[in-house]
Amino acid sequence: MWELIQANRRKSVFIFLGMGLLLLLIGYVFGSFYNPDSGGFVGLFLAIIIWAILSTVSYFAGSKIILGISGAKEVTKEIHPQLFNVVEEMRIAANLPNQPKIYIISDAAPNAFATGIKPENSAIAVTAGLLGQLNRDELQGVVAHEMSHILNRDILLMTFAGMMLGAITLMADIFARSFWYGGGTRYKSKSSNRGGGQAQLIIMIAALVFAILGPIMAQLLYFAISRKREYLADASAVRLTRYPEGLASALEKISVSHLDLKTANKVTAPMYIINPLKKKGMQIANLTSTHPPITERIRILRSISQGIDYSDYQVAFNQIKGKRSPLIPLSGISEKLNLSLRKPESSAGESEELLDTKREVGDLMMKLNEYKFINCTCGLKLKIPPQFNSDTITCPKCGRIHTLNI
Amino acid sequence: MLYFIIFIVIIFLIGMFIVSIYNSLVGLRNRVKNAWSQIDVQLKRRHDLIPNLIETVKGYMTHERQIMENITKYRSQAMDANTVGEKAAAEGLLSGALGQLRVQVENYPDLKANQNFLALQEELTSTENKISFARQAYNDQVLFYNNKIQMFPSNIIAGMFSFKEEEFFQVEDKAEKEVPKVSFN
Repeated sequence: MWELIQANRRKSVFIFLGMGLLLLLIGYVFGSFYNPDSGGFVGLFLAIIIWAILSTVSYFAGSKIILGISGAKEVTKEIHPQLFNVVEEMRIAANLPNQPKIYIISDAAPNAFATGIKPENSAIAVTAGLLGQLNRDELQGVVAHEMSHILNRDILLMTFAGMMLGAITLMADIFARSFWYGGGTRYKSKSSNRGGGQAQLIIMIAALVFAILGPIMAQLLYFAISRKREYLADASAVRLTRYPEGLASALEKISVSHLDLKTANKVTAPMYIINPLKKKGMQIANLTSTHPPITERIRILRSISQGIDYSDYQVAFNQIKGKRSPLIPLSGISEKLNLSLRKPESSAGESEELLDTKREVGDLMMKLNEYKFINCTCGLKLKIPPQFNSDTITCPKCGRIHTLNI
Repeated sequence: MLYFIIFIVIIFLIGMFIVSIYNSLVGLRNRVKNAWSQIDVQLKRRHDLIPNLIETVKGYMTHERQIMENITKYRSQAMDANTVGEKAAAEGLLSGALGQLRVQVENYPDLKANQNFLALQEELTSTENKISFARQAYNDQVLFYNNKIQMFPSNIIAGMFSFKEEEFFQVEDKAEKEVPKVSFN
């Protein structure tokens, strides 16, 4: 696992430098387009500034912004003890020193994500719908997947990759607009004045090619990393829980849900355990999807039957995909372990009614929104909104009077 | 002069190499120690939970006096144990007795509906999981550490500074190796 983290770190540095180079190149080409003599360095300088601002912001405030956008609320153990326990279990299995902060998103669509540049200040966010629909083993699988993102430093990699993508897209956009509204005429006047049109023409073509292809290339690269990371996190989750069926059946339950996550958008989509947007398009693995097709992930997990090592996941992966693909760095495979599968938690008496599930999700969302609960002796559960400002409340069923201790 | 500089550079690089391997060995050894202490933390947590559990269950499970006596007995044995062997044996017996209790709970619908008990059961399940995950993490760490000690070239440095291989944590109790009984009714 350590070698994997090392490989991941090297890769994140490599991609960081590679995309940075692309960014600088674009800055230089765009700059020289406006002023062939010295503009290249001005463009380069601007590119560095854009990159520096984006990187600083995302490094220090990225997780706060993302948690803010998704509407996640930090919760205490009382609100959902099981979630807290499961996160701690996975933290222990991953041998991480610090417990990630736990957030719940008040949404009925089942989904989850992890954030945090360093494991020390990471956070795991799950939706209320996820907690309502999954049993303990499934929740453990999902949390293990998220914990793997933290453990493998995936968030760092994805933040850097996403930031570069953002900077390149921004610059290409600015260039395209200014070219459309004025840059073109400047080029014409200059070339006729000087007659050195050939070099200018080359620069113009290069700038146009970069403006069109730069963002696409950056985006394909970004999506490719995202898909690879999802498979890797699945493999690590199996390694942590020793129980692939938990994650497999969780993914199955999440994928059949028809609800859309309201707070997710294009930027935050790659962070979730499954793509919260455009569910229908996920059947086919193509270059422009952020996540691997969920059915394939489930089939890989289900076909792991003997051992729980990365190499076992790789064997299953190759069987399902029908090809040899270097999913996991070879150094990770070399640490061949004979780890065995775990037995499921005793699941006797865990057949929950659908109605109960819905009620549970509702209760959880109310708890998050600071509703108070009073169990009346007649069996009715009173749910009191935070705006309620009387000291006593009468049970609508039996007429008992309860006092609210605020 | 040139040869001297090259010599110095080579010596420096070898020195750096040894230092980095030494440091990674120390880091791994500390992670093994930390993983071991995690097991202890969770075992202690289980001991703390048991009096509460017995208190809650006592009123309902009138026919299972034997199991509860066993649980209390093994708990105090585990807490008094001095050697690692004694401790492992007592903890194993305690796990077995708690497992029996959990099977018997199925016969008491009133108990299963008790909110207090449900919360306790979640804590107990989680603690059992934490114990086994802590063991798993410990064994994983030991494996990485031992691999590092055995593999070339870190084995040379490990030998020089006498880093010793750690032992895996083996489950001693027979009951834990058995398949749990699940009844469908």
